[in-house]
Amino acid sequence: MSFRSENILKGLSFISALFFCGIFFLILSTLIYQSGALSFEFLTTVSSEAGRAGGILEVINSSFLILAICLGVSVPLSIATAVFLAVFSEKNPLVHNVISTALDTLAATPSIVFGLFGYSFFVIYLGFGFSILAGGLTLAFMVLPFLIRIFEEGISENYRQFKLAGASLGLSRTAQVRRIILPLSTNTISAGLVLGIGRALSETAALLFTSGYLLRMPESVMDSGRSMSVHIFDLAMNVPGGNQNAYRTAVVLVIALIVINLTSTFLTRRVLGAKT
Amino acid sequence: MSASLKDSFAKTLLGFASSLSVLVIFFIFYFLLKESSLALSQIGGSRFFSDSTWAPELNLAEGQFGLLEMIVATVAVATLALFIAAPIGWFTAVYIHFFCKGAFRIFLHRVTEIVAGLPSVVLGLWGLVVLVPVLLNLRAPGLSVLAGAIVLAIMIIPTIVVSTVSAYQNLNSELTLTSKGLGIGKARFILEIATPLASRGISTGFVLALARAMGETMVVVMVCGNVVQMPESMLDPVRTLTGNIALEMGYAYGSHQSALFLSGFLLLLSVLTVFIAGRLFLKTQEEQFR
Repeated sequence: MSFRSENILKGLSFISALFFCGIFFLILSTLIYQSGALSFEFLTTVSSEAGRAGGILEVINSSFLILAICLGVSVPLSIATAVFLAVFSEKNPLVHNVISTALDTLAATPSIVFGLFGYSFFVIYLGFGFSILAGGLTLAFMVLPFLIRIFEEGISENYRQFKLAGASLGLSRTAQVRRIILPLSTNTISAGLVLGIGRALSETAALLFTSGYLLRMPESVMDSGRSMSVHIFDLAMNVPGGNQNAYRTAVVLVIALIVINLTSTFLTRRVLGAKT
Repeated sequence: MSASLKDSFAKTLLGFASSLSVLVIFFIFYFLLKESSLALSQIGGSRFFSDSTWAPELNLAEGQFGLLEMIVATVAVATLALFIAAPIGWFTAVYIHFFCKGAFRIFLHRVTEIVAGLPSVVLGLWGLVVLVPVLLNLRAPGLSVLAGAIVLAIMIIPTIVVSTVSAYQNLNSELTLTSKGLGIGKARFILEIATPLASRGISTGFVLALARAMGETMVVVMVCGNVVQMPESMLDPVRTLTGNIALEMGYAYGSHQSALFLSGFLLLLSVLTVFIAGRLFLKTQEEQFR
């Protein structure tokens, strides 16, 4: 009896897992199949006919600029917050509670709400207009809670291991952080970076009314620029006959994300391997 | 500079940076409320619930500003998505944690990670071009509650799998040995011992997944059809709160735009309510358990 129910459970759960993988490969293969011939030129030429023809060079440029601003702001800020939480207010439950409630709330906030906030604050109130800067900063606040969580975990683990040794050498906390903990936390930081890149590249809703739709080579960060995700959305919804290039852009984006994901696993393993 | 002075200087500086994440939350609330105030004063809060439908017009008296249909649509799509995703996610997690070993397990973890990282706009595109035509065979227009729920389900399965697996991992490893020693079968162990003990972590995953589905924009805009109406069947096209904001922000101004901000604020409140309600429920459950 028990043997039979075990086999039923095993069978059902195996079918579920297989089904889930099946959907993933179905999505992947439709993307690749529908995109037709994808040549390298797609990445190196600019678009024409509202994106129906040509490549996505300007879209890639805008995406990189948005990403650079997002990470440039969010990574230092979240490392600072993580160090503050893990090292300087290690034993202060009030600080931890307040900040972690704020982070939970931020993490639960829907991306379209971030879009509204970014529009109201960066685009209108600070007067940035529809710009790459406004989009990048909006994304920076969006990825903040995820980065802080990862960084805090790694940093507090390292601090717990080395704080007695550091203190017995008479090192100040500042010195411990700079000389011991941050150098040891490179794997955590690279894991966080990868997560941030992934989140920022996949985001669409928060960018619609912050960095905007403009399909043009950005000249500065104050220009409006269209990210890859917004490009896919616009081609699929608003440009008749834009489906194939939407698929091509999606393939580029998904391949980029998968490569980033695998590189991070590889890097983390190497850093960990080198340490032991 | 002495070491302790340096430390307190660093602490102040880092504390300042940390306070920013708390500040952002207040900023988000403040700016959403600030932008909503025009709609509240000119249209009035009650009309958002008493007006029969959503048909904003420049002449505020003639326009309709009811959000009810879109609130129902949001809840319907997200709940249906959770109903589809929960069994698949839970069974997959059980397979990964209890029955699967070696390379296939690593492979399943990788797939979960990659699906979790797929951009929602890519899933929406897939839904639009592959899923919607299939549903069109059932009934026009294919763009529907069901289409949105299926694509959202694919999106939230990884959330459920990851939290369920980690809930099982957090169980005391001696449990397995003890149960084996007592001659308890694997199926009984999973269903009657491990799952009740891990139920807190598992249901946290469900709540997270529901909140994520409620707040998702791109998928629903692309596959739900965007018709403002009360859904009567799963194959009706609907417009959700998030979809409405994404569709109309581009051209809205004045009180209309302000009304969109108000709906965004309501969305934020309801997602947070799901979150907090989930937390409280889990807490009481945990206390009972002790």
